[in-house]
Amino acid sequence: MADTVPLRLNVPEPEVRPGGKPDFSRVSIPKAGSVDRPPVDVAPEAIRDMAWSIIRVMNRKGEAVGPWAGTLTPEETLSGLRDMMRVRAFDKRMLMAQRQGKTSFYMQCLGEEAIACAFRKAMSDGDMNFPTYRQQGLLIAGGYPMVDMMNQIFSNTKDPIKGRQLPVMYSSKAHGFFTISGNLATQFVQAVGWAMASAISRDTRIAAAWIGDGSTAESDFHAGLVFASTYKAPVVLNIVNNQWAISTFQGIARGGSGTFAARGHGFGIPSLRVDGNDYLAVHAVAKWAIERARSNLGPVLIEYVTYRAAAHSTSDDPSAYRPKEESDAWPLGDPVERLKNHLVAIGAWSPERHAQAEAEIDAEVLAAQKQAEANGTLHSGPKASPRDIFEDVYDVMPPNLRRQRQEAGF
Amino acid sequence: MTMIEAIRDAHVVAMERDGKVVVFGEDVGYFGGVFRCTQGLQEGFGKDRCFDSPINEAGIVGTAIGMATYGLRPCVEIQFADYVYPAYDQIVSEAARIRHRSAGDFTCPITIRMPTGGGIFGGQTHSQSPEALFTHVSGLKVVVPSNPYDAKGLLIAAIEDDNPVVFLEPKRLYNGPFDGHHDRPVTPWSKHPLGEVPAGHYTVPLGKAVVRREGSAVTVLAYGTMVYVAEAAAQESGIDAEVIDLRTLHPLDLDTIVASVKKTGRCVIVHEATLTSGFGAELAALVQEHCFYHLEAPIRRIAGWDTPYPHAQEWTYFPGPARLAAALVEVMES
Repeated sequence: MADTVPLRLNVPEPEVRPGGKPDFSRVSIPKAGSVDRPPVDVAPEAIRDMAWSIIRVMNRKGEAVGPWAGTLTPEETLSGLRDMMRVRAFDKRMLMAQRQGKTSFYMQCLGEEAIACAFRKAMSDGDMNFPTYRQQGLLIAGGYPMVDMMNQIFSNTKDPIKGRQLPVMYSSKAHGFFTISGNLATQFVQAVGWAMASAISRDTRIAAAWIGDGSTAESDFHAGLVFASTYKAPVVLNIVNNQWAISTFQGIARGGSGTFAARGHGFGIPSLRVDGNDYLAVHAVAKWAIERARSNLGPVLIEYVTYRAAAHSTSDDPSAYRPKEESDAWPLGDPVERLKNHLVAIGAWSPERHAQAEAEIDAEVLAAQKQAEANGTLHSGPKASPRDIFEDVYDVMPPNLRRQRQEAGF
Repeated sequence: MTMIEAIRDAHVVAMERDGKVVVFGEDVGYFGGVFRCTQGLQEGFGKDRCFDSPINEAGIVGTAIGMATYGLRPCVEIQFADYVYPAYDQIVSEAARIRHRSAGDFTCPITIRMPTGGGIFGGQTHSQSPEALFTHVSGLKVVVPSNPYDAKGLLIAAIEDDNPVVFLEPKRLYNGPFDGHHDRPVTPWSKHPLGEVPAGHYTVPLGKAVVRREGSAVTVLAYGTMVYVAEAAAQESGIDAEVIDLRTLHPLDLDTIVASVKKTGRCVIVHEATLTSGFGAELAALVQEHCFYHLEAPIRRIAGWDTPYPHAQEWTYFPGPARLAAALVEVMES
């Protein structure tokens, strides 16, 4: 055919690369308080528009406004602020510890603290998270000892997982925190299975699945959605859209979907989009979703719109692929600053008390680090036992491993 | 009882004894599985103990892992072993390692059943023997039964085991035994001694091989369908071969293998799977390491050719009694 033109491949590109001026004009941000709060038993098809909006509670003046406001008392809100400050201080110290050679690797969640911290407060004892490597806030907000996290990071003699895993790949069944894999998205469908098991067992516990924007491209994400949809599993499916999957901008995984939340529509899963830097909004949406799941109304998908303010990990340099100023230009601001401003606005907090809290928390984290370092770090002091690598491969060690352990000299 | 009936019975026994045992997979619920191994389970135990799944093997194994870490004991079916590859990451990176990576904080007691092997004109997507892909993975147990009695006892043991178990069911043996020849009538399972399956609960322990045919001249290491090929080859060659049915590939019953090879001084390994990097390579290495000074001849491997599994040429591909008998003769002459 004479009029046929050659096909062309579409490879999406971010608006800006290093050297360019950060531009988030494509991120449409509704006013705080402008998105309706439907009853938890709403039909998914009645709230399809919520996958395209952003639920927000705190306005520019720091006031909590609209139908999603009011899920937390000022005391609870203040506790939430302290959780986020702890996470931030923890990250800062561990980043430094990695730079000092005390461990091999670290991953911060700078700018994303509100998501895990607020979500955790909406959960109940016995519920289970299937996290990624950037949900340390679940542990800290859940009261897991920082020193045990550091013991894991340093792979020392008190490491709960005996030096076997990369730093930050925590595991704590008692704290509702599933063992982190490091292989992306595998946990997403496992969370659905855990939730199915809860329903099969006529239990009341729910699961929370976690995934990043980039990993939603994995087949396991779609497997999770189809199983959750088919069996109406009591699971909250969390997508943390922090805009960047290492160097790959979110458009590569999102493709033509418009938003990540909209991925849920084809599965009939109610899908909400929330300001991930708004602690109060995250808590309110998490509470709504968890209540729905626990009421046997099936899964809920939540996209948290946020920004990965730091590098992907200590092995990454984001200046190679995005403008350095991009983080400052992010229109949803900083979660710690915003919640602090809210608490000041309602008269529950002050800049002086904030500075004092910062100093207290820094001292708390430093004390925990000293305690952890006494148990050793990756390259100095006592170490996780090499004999231990042969344990826990099976419940009972098979003959081949017994022979190999002997050969290794243990 | 056929092997299918034995596997079905194992499910019933395991599900009756433990309310935490759940069974699911493609077509396993209402219909009872394409090979009917789960027939009647949904009716007998209810839809939340036995149900159909979406066609998504990663989802089947991934949700089973989640269920196991919750505290259930899932036994899932992959419709054909050839379809397991989408679930490979969940099996290898997840199920196999959850206990180790969490230092026992979480465990993953799942059984993943799948029909394996050829001999039914299934072509390349219904005939493969992928056991070596699983024996290579630490943290998994790998089981291949060769008869109804073992199938029931091994499956109950697998479901009750606290580790992830890959359970490969030789589909050529499902409905009737096999005497190594595809073109001759065989004794049905109902008249075969190993088709006599006791009612109720019993187990065949994982990690224990069995001597199927005692002999003094040469040891043949076999599992699944190849056990019958080995027996036929011994009979037809007139060579007094000792045939060992490994039953569990991992953990391997090395003691039984070593005792036999030290006695016979010769070893031939036979499997349906392709030769290169097949499980026979591991067996040959182990026999060499543990029995070198007792060996009177080089170890031989008889296996599927290193090609995709063919359709029309199936019985050329399949390692039959004639190939194995020739190897036995050769080993005896060297």
